[in-house]
Amino acid sequence: MTLSADEAARFAVVLEDHQEALVTFWTDRVAATLRGRLSHAELQRQNAELRRGFQQALAGSAQDLSGEAATELRAQLAELSATRARQGFSTTETAVSIFSLKDAVLAALDTQGQVDAATLRDYIAFSSFVDEAALFTFDSYVRVREELIADQAEQLLELSTPVVKLWEGVVAVPLVGTLDSARAQVVMERLLQTLVDTGSPYAIIDITGVPAVDTQVAQHILKTVVAARLMGADCIISGIRPQIAQTIVALGIEFGDIATKSSLADALRYVLTQTGKKAR
Amino acid sequence: MNEPGRRIEVASDQDVVRVRQQVRTLAVAVKLSLVDQTKIVTAASELARNTLVYGGGGWVEVAPADNGRRKGIRIVFSDHGPGIADLDLAFTDGYTTGGGLGLGLSGARRLVDEFDIVTAVGEGTTITVTKWCR
Amino acid sequence: MERVPVLKIGDILLVSIQIDMEDQVALQLQEDLAERIVATGCHGVIIDISALDIVDSFVGRTLATIAAISRVLDAETVVVGMRPAVAITLVELGLSLPGIRTALNVELGMDLLAREREDNGDDDEETNGLEGAETPAVPAP
Repeated sequence: MTLSADEAARFAVVLEDHQEALVTFWTDRVAATLRGRLSHAELQRQNAELRRGFQQALAGSAQDLSGEAATELRAQLAELSATRARQGFSTTETAVSIFSLKDAVLAALDTQGQVDAATLRDYIAFSSFVDEAALFTFDSYVRVREELIADQAEQLLELSTPVVKLWEGVVAVPLVGTLDSARAQVVMERLLQTLVDTGSPYAIIDITGVPAVDTQVAQHILKTVVAARLMGADCIISGIRPQIAQTIVALGIEFGDIATKSSLADALRYVLTQTGKKAR
Repeated sequence: MNEPGRRIEVASDQDVVRVRQQVRTLAVAVKLSLVDQTKIVTAASELARNTLVYGGGGWVEVAPADNGRRKGIRIVFSDHGPGIADLDLAFTDGYTTGGGLGLGLSGARRLVDEFDIVTAVGEGTTITVTKWCR
Repeated sequence: MERVPVLKIGDILLVSIQIDMEDQVALQLQEDLAERIVATGCHGVIIDISALDIVDSFVGRTLATIAAISRVLDAETVVVGMRPAVAITLVELGLSLPGIRTALNVELGMDLLAREREDNGDDDEETNGLEGAETPAVPAP
Protein backbone atom coordinates (compact mmCIF):
# COMPACT_ATOMS: atom_id res chain seq x y z
CA MET A 1 0.00 0.00 0.00
CA THR A 2 1.38 3.37 -0.91
CA LEU A 3 0.66 6.83 0.38
CA SER A 4 -0.94 9.38 -1.89
CA ALA A 5 0.96 12.63 -2.31
CA ASP A 6 -1.70 14.42 -0.21
CA GLU A 7 -1.46 11.94 2.63
CA ALA A 8 2.30 12.19 2.63
CA ALA A 9 2.15 15.96 2.72
CA ARG A 10 -0.41 15.97 5.56
CA PHE A 11 1.80 13.71 7.61
CA ALA A 12 4.87 15.75 7.01
CA VAL A 13 2.90 18.61 8.58
CA VAL A 14 1.85 16.50 11.58
CA LEU A 15 5.46 15.42 12.15
CA GLU A 16 6.55 19.06 11.92
CA ASP A 17 3.85 20.61 14.13
CA HIS A 18 4.00 18.08 16.94
CA GLN A 19 7.69 17.38 16.81
CA GLU A 20 8.52 17.91 20.47
CA ALA A 21 5.58 16.01 21.96
CA LEU A 22 6.07 13.31 19.38
CA VAL A 23 9.74 12.71 20.07
CA THR A 24 9.19 12.73 23.82
CA PHE A 25 6.31 10.25 23.66
CA TRP A 26 8.19 8.06 21.18
CA THR A 27 11.39 8.09 23.25
CA ASP A 28 9.46 7.09 26.38
CA ARG A 29 7.95 4.14 24.56
CA VAL A 30 11.25 2.94 23.13
CA ALA A 31 13.05 3.46 26.44
CA ALA A 32 10.46 1.22 28.11
CA THR A 33 11.13 -1.65 25.68
CA LEU A 34 14.90 -1.35 25.91
CA ARG A 35 14.79 -1.22 29.72
CA GLY A 36 17.57 1.26 30.25
CA ARG A 37 20.18 -0.36 28.05
CA LEU A 38 20.44 2.86 26.05
CA SER A 39 20.42 6.23 27.77
CA HIS A 40 17.31 8.39 27.47
CA ALA A 41 19.34 11.24 26.00
CA GLU A 42 20.82 8.96 23.36
CA LEU A 43 17.37 7.67 22.36
CA GLN A 44 15.98 11.19 22.33
CA ARG A 45 18.71 12.22 19.89
CA GLN A 46 18.17 9.15 17.68
CA ASN A 47 14.42 9.62 17.55
CA ALA A 48 14.72 13.33 16.82
CA GLU A 49 16.91 12.47 13.84
CA LEU A 50 14.60 9.71 12.67
CA ARG A 51 11.60 12.05 12.96
CA ARG A 52 13.43 14.52 10.76
CA GLY A 53 14.16 11.68 8.35
CA PHE A 54 10.53 10.62 8.17
CA GLN A 55 9.39 14.20 7.80
CA GLN A 56 11.82 14.95 4.99
CA ALA A 57 10.90 11.77 3.16
CA LEU A 58 7.20 12.57 3.40
CA ALA A 59 7.66 16.23 2.55
CA GLY A 60 9.51 15.06 -0.54
CA SER A 61 6.27 13.13 -1.15
CA ALA A 62 7.75 9.67 -0.75
CA GLN A 63 4.90 7.27 -1.41
CA ASP A 64 6.76 4.27 -0.12
CA LEU A 65 10.15 3.46 1.30
CA SER A 66 11.80 2.45 -1.96
CA GLY A 67 11.46 5.88 -3.59
CA GLU A 68 14.10 8.49 -4.25
CA ALA A 69 12.77 10.82 -1.54
CA ALA A 70 13.24 8.15 1.10
CA THR A 71 16.93 7.53 0.35
CA GLU A 72 18.08 9.47 3.38
CA LEU A 73 15.55 7.73 5.62
CA ARG A 74 16.61 4.30 4.41
CA ALA A 75 20.22 5.09 5.23
CA GLN A 76 19.17 6.22 8.72
CA LEU A 77 17.17 3.03 9.28
CA ALA A 78 20.00 0.83 8.06
CA GLU A 79 22.40 2.67 10.34
CA LEU A 80 20.04 2.21 13.28
CA SER A 81 19.71 -1.55 12.70
CA ALA A 82 23.44 -1.98 12.25
CA THR A 83 24.15 -0.18 15.52
CA ARG A 84 21.48 -2.11 17.39
CA ALA A 85 22.65 -5.44 15.96
CA ARG A 86 26.24 -4.72 17.04
CA GLN A 87 25.06 -3.63 20.50
CA GLY A 88 23.31 -6.97 20.88
CA PHE A 89 19.66 -5.87 20.75
CA SER A 90 17.16 -8.33 19.34
CA THR A 91 15.35 -7.88 16.03
CA THR A 92 12.09 -7.27 17.90
CA GLU A 93 13.62 -4.59 20.06
CA THR A 94 15.02 -2.92 16.96
CA ALA A 95 11.74 -3.07 15.01
CA VAL A 96 9.67 -1.91 17.99
CA SER A 97 11.78 1.25 18.09
CA ILE A 98 10.20 2.12 14.75
CA PHE A 99 6.73 0.67 15.35
CA SER A 100 6.27 2.87 18.42
CA LEU A 101 6.38 5.93 16.20
CA LYS A 102 2.78 4.97 15.33
CA ASP A 103 1.71 5.22 18.97
CA ALA A 104 3.39 8.57 19.20
CA VAL A 105 1.62 9.81 16.07
CA LEU A 106 -1.73 8.53 17.28
CA ALA A 107 -1.24 10.28 20.60
CA ALA A 108 -0.35 13.48 18.77
CA LEU A 109 -3.45 13.28 16.56
CA ASP A 110 -5.72 12.30 19.37
CA THR A 111 -5.21 15.30 21.60
CA GLN A 112 -8.93 15.88 22.08
CA GLY A 113 -9.70 12.19 22.68
CA GLN A 114 -11.73 12.20 19.52
CA VAL A 115 -10.46 11.38 16.08
CA ASP A 116 -12.55 11.88 12.98
CA ALA A 117 -12.83 9.28 10.25
CA ALA A 118 -10.66 11.23 7.79
CA THR A 119 -7.78 11.46 10.25
CA LEU A 120 -8.14 7.78 11.04
CA ARG A 121 -7.89 6.89 7.35
CA ASP A 122 -4.77 9.03 7.11
CA TYR A 123 -3.41 7.36 10.16
CA ILE A 124 -3.87 3.90 8.67
CA ALA A 125 -2.08 4.93 5.50
CA PHE A 126 0.76 6.39 7.52
CA SER A 127 0.83 3.28 9.68
CA SER A 128 1.58 1.12 6.72
CA PHE A 129 4.46 3.42 5.80
CA VAL A 130 5.92 3.01 9.29
CA ASP A 131 5.38 -0.76 9.08
CA GLU A 132 7.39 -0.81 5.91
CA ALA A 133 10.16 1.11 7.63
CA ALA A 134 10.14 -1.30 10.57
CA LEU A 135 10.34 -4.30 8.25
CA PHE A 136 13.21 -2.60 6.50
CA THR A 137 15.13 -2.47 9.81
CA PHE A 138 14.39 -6.17 10.17
CA ASP A 139 16.06 -6.94 6.87
CA SER A 140 19.09 -4.78 7.48
CA TYR A 141 19.39 -6.17 11.00
CA VAL A 142 19.54 -9.72 9.70
CA ARG A 143 22.04 -8.74 7.03
CA VAL A 144 24.33 -7.09 9.55
CA ARG A 145 24.09 -10.06 11.90
CA GLU A 146 24.97 -12.46 9.10
CA GLU A 147 28.02 -10.38 8.26
CA LEU A 148 28.96 -10.35 11.93
CA ILE A 149 28.61 -14.12 12.19
CA ALA A 150 30.65 -14.71 9.06
CA ASP A 151 33.37 -12.38 10.33
CA GLN A 152 33.41 -14.02 13.71
CA ALA A 153 33.55 -17.52 12.24
CA GLU A 154 36.56 -16.46 10.22
CA GLN A 155 38.23 -14.83 13.20
CA LEU A 156 37.53 -17.89 15.28
CA LEU A 157 39.13 -20.10 12.69
CA GLU A 158 42.22 -17.91 12.80
CA LEU A 159 42.24 -17.59 16.56
CA SER A 160 41.51 -21.14 17.45
CA THR A 161 44.27 -22.79 15.47
CA PRO A 162 47.54 -21.34 16.65
CA VAL A 163 50.63 -23.44 16.12
CA VAL A 164 53.21 -22.65 18.79
CA LYS A 165 56.83 -23.60 19.16
CA LEU A 166 57.28 -25.37 22.50
CA TRP A 167 60.92 -26.33 22.32
CA GLU A 168 63.70 -26.59 19.78
CA GLY A 169 62.23 -28.99 17.22
CA VAL A 170 58.85 -29.32 18.94
CA VAL A 171 55.67 -27.49 17.93
CA ALA A 172 52.23 -27.76 19.52
CA VAL A 173 48.66 -27.11 18.37
CA PRO A 174 46.19 -26.66 21.19
CA LEU A 175 42.82 -27.48 19.62
CA VAL A 176 39.88 -25.65 21.14
CA GLY A 177 36.24 -26.19 20.24
CA THR A 178 34.42 -28.41 17.81
CA LEU A 179 36.41 -29.72 14.88
CA ASP A 180 34.37 -29.76 11.70
CA SER A 181 36.01 -30.80 8.49
CA ALA A 182 36.66 -27.24 7.27
CA ARG A 183 38.47 -26.42 10.49
CA ALA A 184 40.26 -29.73 10.62
CA GLN A 185 41.61 -29.00 7.16
CA VAL A 186 42.91 -25.58 8.20
CA VAL A 187 44.52 -27.05 11.30
CA MET A 188 46.07 -29.87 9.32
CA GLU A 189 47.55 -27.64 6.65
CA ARG A 190 48.84 -25.08 9.10
CA LEU A 191 50.44 -27.67 11.35
CA LEU A 192 52.18 -29.42 8.47
CA GLN A 193 53.41 -26.12 7.00
CA THR A 194 54.81 -25.09 10.39
CA LEU A 195 56.71 -28.38 10.59
CA VAL A 196 58.38 -27.55 7.27
CA ASP A 197 59.00 -23.89 8.11
CA THR A 198 60.55 -24.59 11.50
CA GLY A 199 62.14 -27.93 10.60
CA SER A 200 60.52 -29.45 13.69
CA PRO A 201 60.40 -33.25 13.67
CA TYR A 202 57.88 -33.34 16.54
CA ALA A 203 54.34 -32.02 16.84
CA ILE A 204 52.04 -32.26 19.84
CA ILE A 205 48.32 -32.10 19.10
CA ASP A 206 46.61 -31.14 22.35
CA ILE A 207 42.88 -31.89 22.41
CA THR A 208 42.14 -30.71 25.97
CA GLY A 209 39.77 -28.08 24.55
CA VAL A 210 37.90 -30.40 22.20
CA PRO A 211 34.48 -31.12 23.77
CA ALA A 212 33.87 -34.43 22.03
CA VAL A 213 35.70 -36.85 19.81
CA ASP A 214 33.63 -38.77 17.30
CA THR A 215 34.84 -40.99 14.49
CA GLN A 216 35.05 -38.06 12.09
CA VAL A 217 37.22 -35.95 14.39
CA ALA A 218 39.41 -38.96 15.13
CA GLN A 219 39.71 -39.55 11.39
CA HIS A 220 40.91 -35.97 10.84
CA ILE A 221 43.49 -36.25 13.60
CA LEU A 222 44.67 -39.62 12.30
CA LYS A 223 45.07 -38.27 8.78
CA THR A 224 47.13 -35.36 10.09
CA VAL A 225 49.38 -37.73 11.99
CA VAL A 226 49.86 -39.97 8.96
CA ALA A 227 50.56 -36.98 6.68
CA ALA A 228 53.12 -35.68 9.19
CA ARG A 229 54.81 -39.08 9.24
CA LEU A 230 54.98 -39.12 5.46
CA MET A 231 56.85 -35.84 5.74
CA GLY A 232 59.17 -37.20 8.40
CA ALA A 233 57.68 -35.80 11.59
CA ASP A 234 56.10 -37.53 14.57
CA CYS A 235 52.87 -36.44 16.22
CA ILE A 236 51.90 -37.01 19.83
CA ILE A 237 48.29 -36.56 20.90
CA SER A 238 47.83 -35.10 24.37
CA GLY A 239 45.05 -33.84 26.61
CA ILE A 240 42.83 -36.89 26.34
CA ARG A 241 40.25 -36.58 29.10
CA PRO A 242 38.80 -39.69 30.78
CA GLN A 243 35.41 -39.48 29.07
CA ILE A 244 37.07 -38.97 25.69
CA ALA A 245 39.24 -42.03 26.26
CA GLN A 246 36.03 -43.94 26.99
CA THR A 247 34.38 -42.69 23.78
CA ILE A 248 37.45 -43.56 21.75
CA VAL A 249 37.40 -47.12 23.02
CA ALA A 250 33.62 -47.42 22.73
CA LEU A 251 33.70 -46.25 19.11
CA GLY A 252 36.48 -48.69 18.34
CA ILE A 253 38.81 -45.99 17.06
CA GLU A 254 42.32 -47.34 16.62
CA PHE A 255 45.12 -44.89 17.28
CA GLY A 256 47.54 -47.66 16.42
CA ASP A 257 51.11 -46.87 17.36
CA ILE A 258 50.46 -43.13 17.73
CA ALA A 259 51.72 -41.90 21.08
CA THR A 260 48.93 -40.55 23.28
CA LYS A 261 49.54 -38.72 26.56
CA SER A 262 47.10 -37.37 29.12
CA SER A 263 48.68 -33.93 29.43
CA LEU A 264 50.73 -31.54 27.33
CA ALA A 265 53.47 -31.69 29.97
CA ASP A 266 53.64 -35.49 29.66
CA ALA A 267 53.80 -35.20 25.90
CA LEU A 268 56.66 -32.70 26.04
CA ARG A 269 58.53 -34.88 28.53
CA TYR A 270 58.05 -37.84 26.23
CA VAL A 271 59.37 -35.92 23.20
CA LEU A 272 62.40 -34.68 25.12
CA THR A 273 63.21 -38.22 26.22
CA GLN A 274 62.90 -39.37 22.62
CA THR A 275 65.18 -36.63 21.27
CA GLY A 276 67.62 -37.22 24.15
CA LYS A 277 67.77 -40.85 23.12
CA LYS A 278 68.37 -39.93 19.53
CA ALA A 279 70.99 -37.30 20.28
CA ARG A 280 73.10 -39.54 22.46
CA MET B 1 27.61 -23.74 -19.17
CA ASN B 2 30.89 -25.39 -19.77
CA GLU B 3 33.38 -24.09 -22.23
CA PRO B 4 34.91 -26.60 -24.58
CA GLY B 5 38.16 -27.92 -23.22
CA ARG B 6 41.55 -28.66 -24.56
CA ARG B 7 41.91 -32.19 -25.88
CA ILE B 8 45.19 -34.02 -25.34
CA GLU B 9 45.95 -37.30 -27.08
CA VAL B 10 47.39 -39.83 -24.64
CA ALA B 11 49.72 -42.27 -26.34
CA SER B 12 52.92 -42.13 -24.32
CA ASP B 13 54.56 -41.23 -21.01
CA GLN B 14 55.20 -37.68 -22.16
CA ASP B 15 51.48 -37.21 -22.76
CA VAL B 16 50.74 -38.09 -19.13
CA VAL B 17 53.16 -35.32 -18.11
CA ARG B 18 51.40 -32.95 -20.54
CA VAL B 19 48.03 -33.81 -18.99
CA ARG B 20 49.42 -33.04 -15.53
CA GLN B 21 50.79 -29.69 -16.70
CA GLN B 22 47.57 -28.75 -18.45
CA VAL B 23 45.50 -29.62 -15.38
CA ARG B 24 47.86 -27.71 -13.10
CA THR B 25 47.70 -24.57 -15.26
CA LEU B 26 43.90 -24.61 -15.29
CA ALA B 27 43.64 -25.48 -11.58
CA VAL B 28 45.72 -22.37 -10.80
CA ALA B 29 43.62 -20.30 -13.22
CA VAL B 30 40.29 -21.24 -11.58
CA LYS B 31 41.86 -20.52 -8.18
CA LEU B 32 41.68 -23.93 -6.55
CA SER B 33 43.44 -24.00 -3.16
CA LEU B 34 46.98 -25.40 -3.10
CA VAL B 35 45.85 -28.69 -1.56
CA ASP B 36 42.99 -29.01 -4.05
CA GLN B 37 45.36 -28.26 -6.95
CA THR B 38 47.61 -31.04 -5.72
CA LYS B 39 44.67 -33.41 -5.37
CA ILE B 40 43.25 -32.83 -8.86
CA VAL B 41 46.66 -33.01 -10.56
CA THR B 42 47.41 -36.26 -8.72
CA ALA B 43 44.01 -37.71 -9.68
CA ALA B 44 44.57 -36.65 -13.30
CA SER B 45 47.96 -38.32 -13.29
CA GLU B 46 46.48 -41.59 -12.01
CA LEU B 47 43.61 -41.60 -14.48
CA ALA B 48 45.70 -40.52 -17.49
CA ARG B 49 48.11 -43.33 -16.74
CA ASN B 50 45.16 -45.75 -16.57
CA THR B 51 44.03 -44.49 -19.98
CA LEU B 52 47.50 -45.22 -21.33
CA VAL B 53 48.26 -48.50 -19.56
CA TYR B 54 44.87 -50.19 -19.38
CA GLY B 55 43.00 -48.44 -22.17
CA GLY B 56 45.88 -48.68 -24.61
CA GLY B 57 45.82 -44.91 -25.10
CA GLY B 58 43.04 -42.45 -25.75
CA TRP B 59 42.42 -38.78 -25.04
CA VAL B 60 41.98 -36.42 -22.12
CA GLU B 61 39.96 -33.22 -22.17
CA VAL B 62 40.57 -30.54 -19.57
CA ALA B 63 37.97 -27.77 -19.19
CA PRO B 64 36.85 -25.15 -16.69
CA ALA B 65 33.50 -25.94 -15.04
CA ASP B 66 30.89 -23.58 -13.63
CA ASN B 67 27.62 -24.66 -12.02
CA GLY B 68 26.46 -21.11 -11.35
CA ARG B 69 27.47 -21.24 -7.70
CA ARG B 70 31.03 -22.42 -7.92
CA LYS B 71 33.86 -22.61 -10.37
CA GLY B 72 35.95 -25.66 -10.85
CA ILE B 73 37.68 -27.93 -13.29
CA ARG B 74 36.32 -30.89 -15.22
CA ILE B 75 38.44 -33.56 -16.85
CA VAL B 76 37.32 -36.35 -19.18
CA PHE B 77 39.48 -39.44 -19.75
CA SER B 78 38.43 -41.66 -22.63
CA ASP B 79 39.81 -44.78 -24.26
CA HIS B 80 38.67 -47.55 -26.61
CA GLY B 81 40.36 -50.24 -24.60
CA PRO B 82 38.99 -53.49 -23.20
CA GLY B 83 36.65 -51.76 -20.69
CA ILE B 84 36.17 -52.81 -17.10
CA ALA B 85 34.19 -56.00 -16.48
CA ASP B 86 33.74 -55.75 -12.72
CA LEU B 87 33.51 -52.15 -11.51
CA ASP B 88 33.16 -53.06 -7.83
CA LEU B 89 36.36 -55.03 -8.01
CA ALA B 90 38.14 -52.29 -9.94
CA PHE B 91 37.29 -49.83 -7.15
CA THR B 92 38.68 -52.07 -4.44
CA ASP B 93 41.85 -50.67 -2.86
CA GLY B 94 44.79 -52.84 -3.78
CA TYR B 95 43.15 -54.61 -6.73
CA THR B 96 45.21 -54.41 -9.90
CA THR B 97 45.51 -56.16 -13.22
CA GLY B 98 48.43 -54.09 -14.39
CA GLY B 99 51.05 -54.64 -11.71
CA GLY B 100 50.43 -51.25 -10.06
CA LEU B 101 49.48 -50.55 -6.48
CA GLY B 102 45.79 -50.84 -7.26
CA LEU B 103 45.07 -47.34 -5.98
CA GLY B 104 44.52 -45.53 -9.27
CA LEU B 105 40.74 -45.69 -9.61
CA SER B 106 39.71 -45.85 -5.97
CA GLY B 107 42.33 -43.31 -4.91
CA ALA B 108 41.47 -40.88 -7.70
CA ARG B 109 37.80 -41.07 -6.75
CA ARG B 110 38.68 -39.98 -3.20
CA LEU B 111 40.62 -36.98 -4.51
CA VAL B 112 37.81 -35.40 -6.55
CA ASP B 113 34.31 -34.05 -5.81
CA GLU B 114 32.45 -35.77 -8.63
CA PHE B 115 33.38 -39.01 -10.33
CA ASP B 116 31.46 -40.56 -13.18
CA ILE B 117 32.44 -43.70 -15.06
CA VAL B 118 30.94 -45.24 -18.18
CA THR B 119 32.46 -48.51 -19.33
CA ALA B 120 31.57 -51.44 -21.55
CA VAL B 121 33.59 -54.57 -22.11
CA GLY B 122 35.26 -54.46 -25.51
CA GLU B 123 34.26 -50.84 -26.14
CA GLY B 124 36.24 -48.72 -23.74
CA THR B 125 36.01 -46.54 -20.69
CA THR B 126 35.16 -42.88 -20.18
CA ILE B 127 35.71 -41.27 -16.80
CA THR B 128 34.61 -37.72 -15.96
CA VAL B 129 35.85 -36.05 -12.80
CA THR B 130 35.11 -32.61 -11.35
CA LYS B 131 36.78 -30.63 -8.59
CA TRP B 132 35.03 -27.50 -7.27
CA CYS B 133 36.54 -24.48 -5.62
CA ARG B 134 35.63 -24.27 -1.96
CA MET C 1 65.02 -38.33 -22.17
CA GLU C 2 65.99 -36.28 -19.14
CA ARG C 3 67.95 -37.89 -16.33
CA VAL C 4 67.93 -37.13 -12.64
CA PRO C 5 71.50 -36.46 -11.42
CA VAL C 6 72.87 -38.49 -8.50
CA LEU C 7 75.48 -36.71 -6.33
CA LYS C 8 77.89 -38.39 -3.94
CA ILE C 9 78.56 -36.54 -0.69
CA GLY C 10 80.81 -38.49 1.66
CA ASP C 11 79.06 -41.75 2.44
CA ILE C 12 75.76 -40.55 1.04
CA LEU C 13 74.17 -40.40 -2.40
CA LEU C 14 72.01 -37.32 -2.81
CA VAL C 15 69.26 -37.14 -5.41
CA SER C 16 67.28 -33.96 -5.86
CA ILE C 17 64.32 -34.42 -8.17
CA GLN C 18 63.73 -31.07 -9.85
CA ILE C 19 61.57 -32.07 -12.81
CA ASP C 20 58.09 -33.40 -13.46
CA MET C 21 59.26 -36.95 -14.16
CA GLU C 22 57.96 -39.15 -16.91
CA ASP C 23 57.49 -42.69 -15.74
CA GLN C 24 60.54 -43.77 -17.77
CA VAL C 25 62.71 -41.17 -16.02
CA ALA C 26 61.64 -42.54 -12.64
CA LEU C 27 62.51 -46.07 -13.70
CA GLN C 28 65.86 -44.87 -15.04
CA LEU C 29 66.59 -43.24 -11.67
CA GLN C 30 65.84 -46.54 -9.97
CA GLU C 31 68.44 -48.29 -12.14
CA ASP C 32 71.02 -45.50 -11.86
CA LEU C 33 70.80 -45.50 -8.07
CA ALA C 34 71.26 -49.26 -7.77
CA GLU C 35 74.39 -49.01 -9.93
CA ARG C 36 75.79 -46.03 -8.04
CA ILE C 37 75.26 -47.69 -4.65
CA VAL C 38 77.26 -50.69 -5.75
CA ALA C 39 79.90 -48.58 -7.49
CA THR C 40 80.45 -46.19 -4.59
CA GLY C 41 79.75 -48.44 -1.63
CA CYS C 42 77.62 -45.69 -0.09
CA HIS C 43 75.43 -46.66 2.86
CA GLY C 44 72.85 -43.93 2.61
CA VAL C 45 70.58 -42.45 -0.05
CA ILE C 46 68.75 -39.17 0.34
CA ILE C 47 66.03 -38.35 -2.16
CA ASP C 48 64.92 -34.73 -1.98
CA ILE C 49 61.39 -34.30 -3.35
CA SER C 50 60.83 -30.72 -2.11
CA ALA C 51 60.51 -29.55 -5.72
CA LEU C 52 57.81 -32.08 -6.59
CA ASP C 53 54.32 -30.63 -6.50
CA ILE C 54 52.71 -34.04 -6.79
CA VAL C 55 53.60 -37.62 -5.97
CA ASP C 56 51.25 -40.10 -7.60
CA SER C 57 51.07 -43.83 -7.03
CA PHE C 58 53.66 -44.51 -9.73
CA VAL C 59 56.27 -42.22 -8.19
CA GLY C 60 55.31 -43.51 -4.74
CA ARG C 61 55.85 -47.08 -5.86
CA THR C 62 59.18 -46.17 -7.48
CA LEU C 63 60.36 -44.57 -4.22
CA ALA C 64 59.34 -47.71 -2.30
CA THR C 65 61.16 -49.91 -4.80
CA ILE C 66 64.30 -47.76 -4.59
CA ALA C 67 64.20 -48.05 -0.78
CA ALA C 68 63.83 -51.83 -0.99
CA ILE C 69 66.62 -52.24 -3.56
CA SER C 70 69.02 -50.05 -1.57
CA ARG C 71 68.26 -52.00 1.59
CA VAL C 72 69.28 -55.18 -0.18
CA LEU C 73 72.48 -53.38 -1.17
CA ASP C 74 73.02 -52.32 2.48
CA ALA C 75 72.08 -48.68 2.02
CA GLU C 76 69.31 -46.88 3.87
CA THR C 77 67.04 -44.54 1.91
CA VAL C 78 65.49 -41.38 3.33
CA VAL C 79 62.94 -39.37 1.36
CA VAL C 80 63.08 -35.72 2.42
CA GLY C 81 61.22 -32.48 1.81
CA MET C 82 57.74 -33.76 1.01
CA ARG C 83 55.39 -30.80 0.76
CA PRO C 84 52.36 -30.66 3.10
CA ALA C 85 49.87 -30.62 0.19
CA VAL C 86 51.57 -33.70 -1.27
CA ALA C 87 51.42 -35.52 2.08
CA ILE C 88 47.72 -34.68 2.53
CA THR C 89 46.99 -35.90 -1.01
CA LEU C 90 48.91 -39.15 -0.49
CA VAL C 91 46.92 -39.86 2.68
CA GLU C 92 43.67 -39.28 0.78
CA LEU C 93 44.93 -41.40 -2.12
CA GLY C 94 45.58 -44.20 0.36
CA LEU C 95 49.31 -44.39 -0.33
CA SER C 96 51.29 -44.80 2.86
CA LEU C 97 54.76 -45.48 1.39
CA PRO C 98 55.49 -48.44 3.66
CA GLY C 99 59.13 -49.09 4.37
CA ILE C 100 60.25 -45.60 3.44
CA ARG C 101 62.06 -43.43 5.98
CA THR C 102 61.24 -39.76 5.73
CA ALA C 103 62.64 -36.50 7.12
CA LEU C 104 61.60 -32.88 6.82
CA ASN C 105 64.73 -31.67 5.06
CA VAL C 106 68.11 -32.81 3.77
CA GLU C 107 69.86 -31.89 7.02
CA LEU C 108 67.48 -33.92 9.19
CA GLY C 109 67.73 -36.73 6.66
CA MET C 110 71.52 -36.79 7.06
CA ASP C 111 71.10 -36.79 10.87
CA LEU C 112 68.75 -39.75 10.58
CA LEU C 113 71.22 -41.71 8.44
CA ALA C 114 74.12 -40.86 10.77
CA ARG C 115 72.13 -42.07 13.78
CA GLU C 116 71.20 -45.25 11.96
CA ARG C 117 74.81 -46.10 11.22
CA GLU C 118 75.81 -45.31 14.80
CA ASP C 119 73.00 -47.38 16.28
CA ASN C 120 73.90 -50.34 14.19
CA GLY C 121 77.64 -49.97 14.50
CA ASP C 122 79.36 -52.27 12.09
CA ASP C 123 76.73 -54.87 12.68
CA ASP C 124 74.61 -55.09 9.58
CA GLU C 125 71.62 -56.98 11.06
CA GLU C 126 69.32 -54.02 11.70
CA THR C 127 66.55 -52.03 10.12
CA ASN C 128 63.38 -53.49 11.44
CA GLY C 129 62.06 -49.96 11.16
CA LEU C 130 60.79 -49.62 14.71
CA GLU C 131 62.37 -46.25 15.23
CA GLY C 132 61.90 -43.18 13.11
CA ALA C 133 58.99 -42.47 10.88
CA GLU C 134 57.25 -45.54 9.58
CA THR C 135 53.90 -44.85 8.03
CA PRO C 136 50.79 -46.71 9.09
CA ALA C 137 47.80 -46.79 6.82
CA VAL C 138 44.73 -44.75 7.74
CA PRO C 139 41.78 -47.05 8.34
CA ALA C 140 38.91 -46.45 5.96
CA PRO C 141 36.26 -44.01 7.27
